[in-house]
Amino acid sequence: MIQAIIFTVILAAGIYFFARNVGRIRRNILLGKPLDRNDQPAKRWKTMLRVAFGQSKMTVRPIPAFFHFIIYAGFLIINIEILEIMIDGVAGTHRVFSFLGPLYDFLIAGFEVLALLTIVACVVFLARRNILKLKRFWSREMTSWPRSDANIILFTEIVLMTMFLTMNASDQLLQLRGVEHYKVAGAFPISSMYAPLLDGMSTDGLMGLERFCWWGHIIGIIAFLNYLPYSKHFHIIMAFPNTYYSNLKPKGEFTNLESVTQEVKLMLDPSLTPPPPSDTPMRFGAKDVQDLTWKQLMDSYTCTECGRCTSVCPANITGKLLSPRKIMMDTRDRLAEVGSNIDKNGTFKDDGKTLLNDYIKPEELWACTTCNACTEACPVNIDPLSIIIDMRRYLVMEQSEAPAEWNGMFSKIENNQAPWQFSPADRFNWKNEE
Amino acid sequence: MTLKVRTVQDFISNGESPEILFWVGCASSFDQRAQKITRAIAKILNSCNVSFAVLGTEEVCNGDPAKRAGNEFLFQMQALMNIQTLNGYGITKIVTGCPHCFNTLKNEYPQLGGTYQVIHHSMLLQQLINEGKLTIQGGKFLGKKIVFHDPCYLGRGNDVYEAPRDVIKKLDAELFEAKRHKANALCCGAGGAQIFKESEPGNKEINVDRTEEILESKPDYIAVGCPFCNTMLSDGVKTLNKEDSVKVLDIAELIEKANDL
Repeated sequence: MIQAIIFTVILAAGIYFFARNVGRIRRNILLGKPLDRNDQPAKRWKTMLRVAFGQSKMTVRPIPAFFHFIIYAGFLIINIEILEIMIDGVAGTHRVFSFLGPLYDFLIAGFEVLALLTIVACVVFLARRNILKLKRFWSREMTSWPRSDANIILFTEIVLMTMFLTMNASDQLLQLRGVEHYKVAGAFPISSMYAPLLDGMSTDGLMGLERFCWWGHIIGIIAFLNYLPYSKHFHIIMAFPNTYYSNLKPKGEFTNLESVTQEVKLMLDPSLTPPPPSDTPMRFGAKDVQDLTWKQLMDSYTCTECGRCTSVCPANITGKLLSPRKIMMDTRDRLAEVGSNIDKNGTFKDDGKTLLNDYIKPEELWACTTCNACTEACPVNIDPLSIIIDMRRYLVMEQSEAPAEWNGMFSKIENNQAPWQFSPADRFNWKNEE
Repeated sequence: MTLKVRTVQDFISNGESPEILFWVGCASSFDQRAQKITRAIAKILNSCNVSFAVLGTEEVCNGDPAKRAGNEFLFQMQALMNIQTLNGYGITKIVTGCPHCFNTLKNEYPQLGGTYQVIHHSMLLQQLINEGKLTIQGGKFLGKKIVFHDPCYLGRGNDVYEAPRDVIKKLDAELFEAKRHKANALCCGAGGAQIFKESEPGNKEINVDRTEEILESKPDYIAVGCPFCNTMLSDGVKTLNKEDSVKVLDIAELIEKANDL
């Protein structure tokens, strides 16, 4: 009874804090500018099912795709077990789903196999990061926190799965000994292999171990849930909405700035009446996170820093400062900073910082070839390119800080209608020369 | 020798209208190397009796380099000027010799009032072959190895991967793929207005990296579909001193060669 009350309190607190943090993230995302991504729902569902649920873009790299799929399947399927643990915890029952009989045995056996495979996959991933030191996990923006974040996640998953298996190992011994409360249920293909090691323990000792693992497992999961909003691992949730709201247009198409269209039309035809001035000061392009759209901000919370974008970026490959992953990490870090500023002050109080310059340097932005390799590589359809372009727009149109050679190119287009110094009258000369 | 190429004006003064507008683009109009590609495209269209016109001196930069560089003002100025011209002539179908013009006209002009059916020249060549209007004579490229380099704004940008390959397959050559190809292809380094400035500090030029990768399969020809890729990869070949063993040619030039146009 006391156990049930303690459990209920911990569970309720865990859910409350998680919901509060998710609410804050939602608010942060909605600081972004409006953008309509509610068209074509059928196509959006399909994209989400294919890319997030079906992990279609992971398959480009088969080895991580295989191990990632194991952890993903483990996460999805073991949730059924967590449901049982929660009911048991609140109601004080034990293995409440055991009435399912053979199906229950099948499920528990399946969870055990997945748990072992998950441990193997996590060990492989830890080795790739810390022993093989794959380049994309050690590049410039992968400073100590992003690297620790990854290791904490993998290590926690190993601990959780080990506790789950040890819980089953002690449980089955207690079942065999006919201890009251431990009804005979479940099949244990993995934990039965090392259960004999625990057989020397007293019944009380086993019960203690079983309870310790049960509590450790579920409290660990609740703690992990609350770690998510602070971690890159938040992608396990965000991958789904983020792929639903994917850009469905051709990747080559860049957004049209309607505010610019107004002004350009006025310039070309001064007889048009200008629209009434709007209340909000207009800014071309993006200087800070509030200038980005909510989708660009959602992208930043979805990024799990896998670095596939950066590993295919032509600028990054050839040693330039630009890294699409860093663009996403910077956007999230700045947005989180703006968010805590709002939490503290009620509304955003100017802190003298901006995403541009304080986080992202113009040199990074100029290096982009807009080739879309990053957006193609992202397994959850994040678009770093659009942020790069919006920040270029701010630098070029608001600050007039384009590289000198680009300013030259601009004036040539303006003056002689081509990005090079040629006379417009010579444009058709190509037909003559041979 | 002057090619038989008529402007839209020529058509109109004869009381005719062209089937399709050939949008040439700045690089293909002014750059000496790229002019050869433009002439190749015109020759192929003439050989298939396609009724096409160009804007001639009425064409102005489509605005792509300005837009990618972040100068939306300048882009829209250029776009609106072109749209005025195109709409004024009632143009409905456009073929471009450049993936950047193709992308901008196809995707970015509609929101500014210019909606046309736009294709890249590789797509037109594929259509002409499929319709039986263009037959490619084998022989010239027998046993030669050709690698196709995907332009970003044709491939990833607009999901056109097969048209240029289908065209190359009609030559009696062996089509090879670079290690990174189609959706995973590496950029030549020119896009995003990079070709108009020096690159930022790094340890290598992108075009050299890409050329090295393409040369791994020891091709006789590097086939391209973009005047900018052409420049970048030709420079890469030059830098690596491979000019004697490998040629960089546009797919239109491959056909021009095969058919002795």
